[in-house]
Amino acid sequence: MSATLPAEPATPPRALVAPGAWPVARRWVGWGLAAGLPLLFLGVFFAYPVLALLRLGFVGDTGGPDLSGVADVLGRARTWRIIGTTLGQSVVGTALSLVLGLPVAFLLHRREFRGRRALRAFVVVPFVLPTVVVGVAFRSVLADSGPLGFLGIDGTFAGVVAALVFFNLAVVVRTVGGFWAGLDPRAEQAARALGASPWRAFRHVTLPALTPAIASAAAIVFLFCATAFGVVLVLGGTGYGTVETEIWVQTTQFLDLRAAAVLSVVQIAVVAGCLLLAGRARSSRERALQLLPDAGPPRLALRGPARRRGDVLAVAVTAVVVGVLLVLPLATVVVRSLRTPTGWGLGNYVALGTTGGANALSVTVWEAALTSVRIAVDATVIAVVVGGLVALVASRRPRAPGARRAVRVLDALFMLPLGVSAVTVGFGFLVTFDRPFGLDLDLRSSAALIPVAQAVVATPLVVRSVLPVLRAVDTRLHEAAGVLGATPAQVLRHVDWPVAARSLGVAVGFAFAVSLGEFGATSFLARPERPTLPVVIFRLLGRPGAENLGMALAAAVLLGLMTALVMGLAERLRPAGGTEL
Amino acid sequence: MARIATHHRTRRLAPYAALAVLPLAACSAIGADPEPAASGDGAGTVVLVTHDSFALSDDVVAAFEAETGLTLETRAPGDGGALVNQLILTKDAPLGDVVYGIDTTFASRAIAEGVLEPYESPAAGADVAAHAVDDGHHLTAVDVGDVCVNVDHEWFAEAGVPEPTTLADLTDPAYRDLLVVTNPATSSPGLAFLLATVAELGEDGWEQYWTALRDNGVKVVSGWSDAYYVDFSGPSSEGERPLVLSYASSPPSEVAEGATQAPTGALLDTCFRQVEYAGVLAGAANPDGARQVVDWLLSQDVQADLPGSMYVYPVDTSVPLPDAWAQHAPLPAEPLTLDPALISEHRDAWIERWTEIVIG
Repeated sequence: MSATLPAEPATPPRALVAPGAWPVARRWVGWGLAAGLPLLFLGVFFAYPVLALLRLGFVGDTGGPDLSGVADVLGRARTWRIIGTTLGQSVVGTALSLVLGLPVAFLLHRREFRGRRALRAFVVVPFVLPTVVVGVAFRSVLADSGPLGFLGIDGTFAGVVAALVFFNLAVVVRTVGGFWAGLDPRAEQAARALGASPWRAFRHVTLPALTPAIASAAAIVFLFCATAFGVVLVLGGTGYGTVETEIWVQTTQFLDLRAAAVLSVVQIAVVAGCLLLAGRARSSRERALQLLPDAGPPRLALRGPARRRGDVLAVAVTAVVVGVLLVLPLATVVVRSLRTPTGWGLGNYVALGTTGGANALSVTVWEAALTSVRIAVDATVIAVVVGGLVALVASRRPRAPGARRAVRVLDALFMLPLGVSAVTVGFGFLVTFDRPFGLDLDLRSSAALIPVAQAVVATPLVVRSVLPVLRAVDTRLHEAAGVLGATPAQVLRHVDWPVAARSLGVAVGFAFAVSLGEFGATSFLARPERPTLPVVIFRLLGRPGAENLGMALAAAVLLGLMTALVMGLAERLRPAGGTEL
Repeated sequence: MARIATHHRTRRLAPYAALAVLPLAACSAIGADPEPAASGDGAGTVVLVTHDSFALSDDVVAAFEAETGLTLETRAPGDGGALVNQLILTKDAPLGDVVYGIDTTFASRAIAEGVLEPYESPAAGADVAAHAVDDGHHLTAVDVGDVCVNVDHEWFAEAGVPEPTTLADLTDPAYRDLLVVTNPATSSPGLAFLLATVAELGEDGWEQYWTALRDNGVKVVSGWSDAYYVDFSGPSSEGERPLVLSYASSPPSEVAEGATQAPTGALLDTCFRQVEYAGVLAGAANPDGARQVVDWLLSQDVQADLPGSMYVYPVDTSVPLPDAWAQHAPLPAEPLTLDPALISEHRDAWIERWTEIVIG
């Protein structure tokens, strides 16, 4: 067990002070601020608009509460069918993402081989592609005329699930992989030495240790599946509406806020239930992490004496998953982006410097890309600060039961943005931010609202990336440091920060990726003078002609490359050498 | 040992973090440019609320700003349906001064909800009057566009099958499994096509028609780009269906450079007319500027710019169309239409019924 203690000796007089003498009041103020800032952020930019919109749905024409919609909406057979579809898709999508994602996470985080970094960055690309692009790409593969048309799953449940896995594999690989990388392999080695089969050792030693990270990933993936919008709309054909698409249709097309509000509450209930389950799975397994000793992961060896059966399996699964699920649709995008009206070539990429055929855009694609990056920087900073604070507070295990419960609630609260429909948040902004809290300040047209909205979505991902790692810090280290006279700030700096920093790369990468690819909230807020890259792609895809299609796909490739690049760079945020402690 | 390693690590991390954060902070978007003036000042800014397909040429906008001294700011909070619904939700604190992009299918709802202020533009001629929604001049027609079934000429030539021409033809077994359309609940052309069938077959006949269409293998997808770029067999996609729901204005985009024949065409007897309207928003901070925008939208400059920038036809029929349009995208002489009030009254019920019939 490696101990991490303050590097500089604490000042002698303080070392003589009894443990716990650091003024309790000041400590409470510190933690209060650390929890209060994120709560304020979430309250203003999420709870307030969402509640305002829900209120509209539950207020009758006379101004009193009107709950007749509840019975009406819940009395429809269609509603229950939709809820069933949503749960079915989410459960199967989550299970498959985990089953397929774990071997990939193992390979990319526990084995060293050439191209590992590139592959890690590549796996995240689908996560940010706009759903319009994924829709065209995926359906091009699955449609009767496509390479996988023979499967006949276009517009079916299987097609939607495949797309959900395509999007969410990155979440499993990154969240679990990042945690796995820091796991001490010696426990498993010891089990093997004592005669356990590799599978048995994995099942009884490694898997339990991974459970908090797996539960984290499962919760996120489930929420993403349950609230997937564009993919379901595009790939589900028409028979597979989910709660999320139904909220969208009821709100934007029918303006039936009553039905939308009832469905939103149903969605929030499902989400809360799922968070509760995931929280149970996590907390029962959480314990101090056995950290990796000063050695990088072993090199992958598929033949020769060092060959391991688990590696072969992981490589096989990864090859199939990456090859069929990721490469095929992405390759479709790349290949079609190289097709111009005058034949094959880079013409569509040259056109990125223009405003498109027949003036389709108001800015060039490059300008839109720059706007996206700028917004993503802001969103990332906000999300990392807010999410980091939440993770820090939620990683504490205070002795008072009330405080413990408060910590758990804080953790769960910040997952909610993943589970509430973007339409609800977007429309909520519109009805509340003309005069937020009665202030004479129209925020609805403020440019700052876009990164803020994206940060609300990205924050849960930051929390889920950082929290399992922080929770794995042995609390005895905090206590020991306290006993030795370290101030809380010193404890944070020397005990928590070095451990948290390793997950920061993942967190930053995710936040950036979410922002780059985010479309839901942006489409409500973006001002046309300054469209983001996904907005531009959406517009180009909305115009007829090979020229615009080609340019849209070239822009999608650009977005994918930017994501891969950012993920690669974020990875470098972590210390070089691959050693963790 | 571990202690030393950790210490090292922290130190090594610091420059990375600094390197990463500093240039990033410099390219932040917040504060990168001054906030445009809010609509509240009423002095030099006029805020145009529109749908997310809005695009006019920069020079046309610049000319307007130079001429009037106004700064035109645009906001596009979603597609046509979302736009109207947002205007309704925010009518106590309007999103801007003037709206452009309310179409036939939502026009009556917008007027009934009191979102609009009456204004009769002096620039409005007979063409605008012909498309009036009500007598109160709440909405001014700016452009028209027709949603029509498009056909892949090459496919039919190769297959040796005559092209269909009417809506009734589409239920003919000869055209089994050849048509792809979009869902009226999620796409505006899809809704227009549903309305076309109601206009053609009446409130009693459209349901049987869709049953027949469903039995004849019509494919329904959720959005236009999906239908056009995945399922349609036309030159810019790889699909298998030679009949797709699109616009009368789509064929010119498919004409290769130097070619004289369009590889696709619109079936002019299947078209439903969509008119897009502009109007002054009730409670506008700058109502005078709003009225100037409406006048400007009817000007020759904007009207002539519409086909190239927004793929729609100018409402003013005296404005010449681009050559390619004149050649490959004639506007149907007798498109199908429905009274906006009738649409407003039945739209949701029709969509619901359609969902039952076609999707189940």
